[in-house]
Amino acid sequence: MTLTSRHIHAYLLLLPAFIFLVGFTHYPAIGTLIDSLMSTPRAGRAAVFVGLENYQVMSEDPNFWKALRNNFWFALATIPISIALSIAMALWVNDKIAGRQFLRLSFFLPTVLPMIAVANIWIFFYTPGYGLINQVLGVFGFASQNFLGDPQLALGAVTVVAIWKEAGFFMIFYLAALQTLSPSYQEAAQIEGAGRWYFFRRIQWPLLMPTTIFVLVNALINAFRMVDHIIVMTKGGPDNATSLLLFYLYEVGFSFWDRGYASALTAVLLLILAVVGLLQFFMLDRRTHYR
Amino acid sequence: MSIMTTPALPTKPATAPNRVATSLGQPAGLLSTLGAWVLALCWIAPLLYAFWAAIHPSEFATKLIWNAPLTFDNFIAAWEAAPFARYFLNTTMLVTMILMIQLVLCTLAAYAFARYEFCGKNILFSLMLVQLMVMPEILIVRNYQTLSQLGLVDTLFGIGLPYFASAFAIFLLRQTFKTIPKELVEAAMMEGATALQVLRHVYIPLAKPTYLAFALVSVSYHWNNFLWPLVVSNSVESRPLTVGLQVFSSTDQGIDWSIITAATLLTSGPLLLGFLIFQRQFVQSFMRAGIK
Repeated sequence: MTLTSRHIHAYLLLLPAFIFLVGFTHYPAIGTLIDSLMSTPRAGRAAVFVGLENYQVMSEDPNFWKALRNNFWFALATIPISIALSIAMALWVNDKIAGRQFLRLSFFLPTVLPMIAVANIWIFFYTPGYGLINQVLGVFGFASQNFLGDPQLALGAVTVVAIWKEAGFFMIFYLAALQTLSPSYQEAAQIEGAGRWYFFRRIQWPLLMPTTIFVLVNALINAFRMVDHIIVMTKGGPDNATSLLLFYLYEVGFSFWDRGYASALTAVLLLILAVVGLLQFFMLDRRTHYR
Repeated sequence: MSIMTTPALPTKPATAPNRVATSLGQPAGLLSTLGAWVLALCWIAPLLYAFWAAIHPSEFATKLIWNAPLTFDNFIAAWEAAPFARYFLNTTMLVTMILMIQLVLCTLAAYAFARYEFCGKNILFSLMLVQLMVMPEILIVRNYQTLSQLGLVDTLFGIGLPYFASAFAIFLLRQTFKTIPKELVEAAMMEGATALQVLRHVYIPLAKPTYLAFALVSVSYHWNNFLWPLVVSNSVESRPLTVGLQVFSSTDQGIDWSIITAATLLTSGPLLLGFLIFQRQFVQSFMRAGIK
């Protein structure tokens, strides 16, 4: 085979996949940036160039800032807590522990189920008055709480669901990493008489660093991508207390049908993901020093 | 859920033996075991609670009494209250269609990245990886426009379309293809096999575990996918289970919790059953998918 024909061959193999990749990732990404500079086409009026007007509107839109702030707190809570829990889960399931199979099943099960299905169960769980959580609170003499209806509690309530859904997924990656660690570390630690915590902090944790960075990036993306439970449980309410960026974008785009503004919101989301991407790039660079 | 790739971990050969059950850590202390069990019970409690509500008459949904009568009526009522049979069919067709097309397209692309040298290879590879971070549902507004220009809104084909090429699958398969020894390929070439025959008879059979891993990830992802189908589907004929369940449980017509939980368990049923049966393969393929 000649060189040129090998090139053509390769391009032909790539072509079908790239039609879809470009068509639904790159082309819409660029299209969104252009749309964000245009007005929303209405009946009889085509979209016209409006410059940064959509961004101007955004900077004065309290609902946008609320969604951004909520998303920030949502990320700040879900990421460290789900990572810490997933490490604990992986360490337990990796040890010789009574009921390993059951533990692994319990931790991992929320991950396989549809978020929209489990969100329904959680609504039931949170129901004021007779939901299980309130029944337990009642036993200890606390007043019944309307978790999803109280602006003070709602964001926390949906954050718990996200952590519950995610932790088991991250556990799998830690488990995989733990299985690749050589047993001789542990033997050495036992001979030296190192405690469980010391062994984790000085040996396992540093060796798990690449996995942690990987999980961190995943958790960051998920924090800006998870909206299924918001749609099912609170619809962003009460009083926008649980509105997240992607949820707000969905609302603007498909309830208010304001394409120009929704595109500007998408651009913000793309910017955040780009920052996450760069972060990963630099951390990937740094972590090679571990090897 | 998004799955990224972590190249820094040592990659095992595609046929790595199962190590989940073999390499156990140290014995856990009593306190540690207790902690693990408390957390595990918290984790599974919502599902057990849902199960309780679904198999008892609704007056016992919130009363945990030991001898409450069992019933299967909630499942029957849920099944009859909404066209779940049609939703099941839709989801099954959707998931199958996406997986089949993904396997074909991504195999071809992965083969090109693994075994060909061509201009712009690195740029194209980086462009492909962008999809790991920017998934089609982030660009939902613009993708919806594309779909309506194609006249595919409210069709199963339209729901699947943005997912036909998966950067994750291409990356995963490329990694596997790269581990296949050159000698095997050269031997096949000597026999006069064409490039596609080599792919068909050497690469694909040797990458079977990777295909299985990806299939499990893809099926569970698309079975559970919600936001994009919610926006695109508009009728019973194109609605997948997740959207059907949402339509069913959000119509506030006095449906009681027992029936909603029954419907919820129904929709997750096949995945739940599949997971219980293939638990080990499932966990392993997620692990494999993540660490490759």
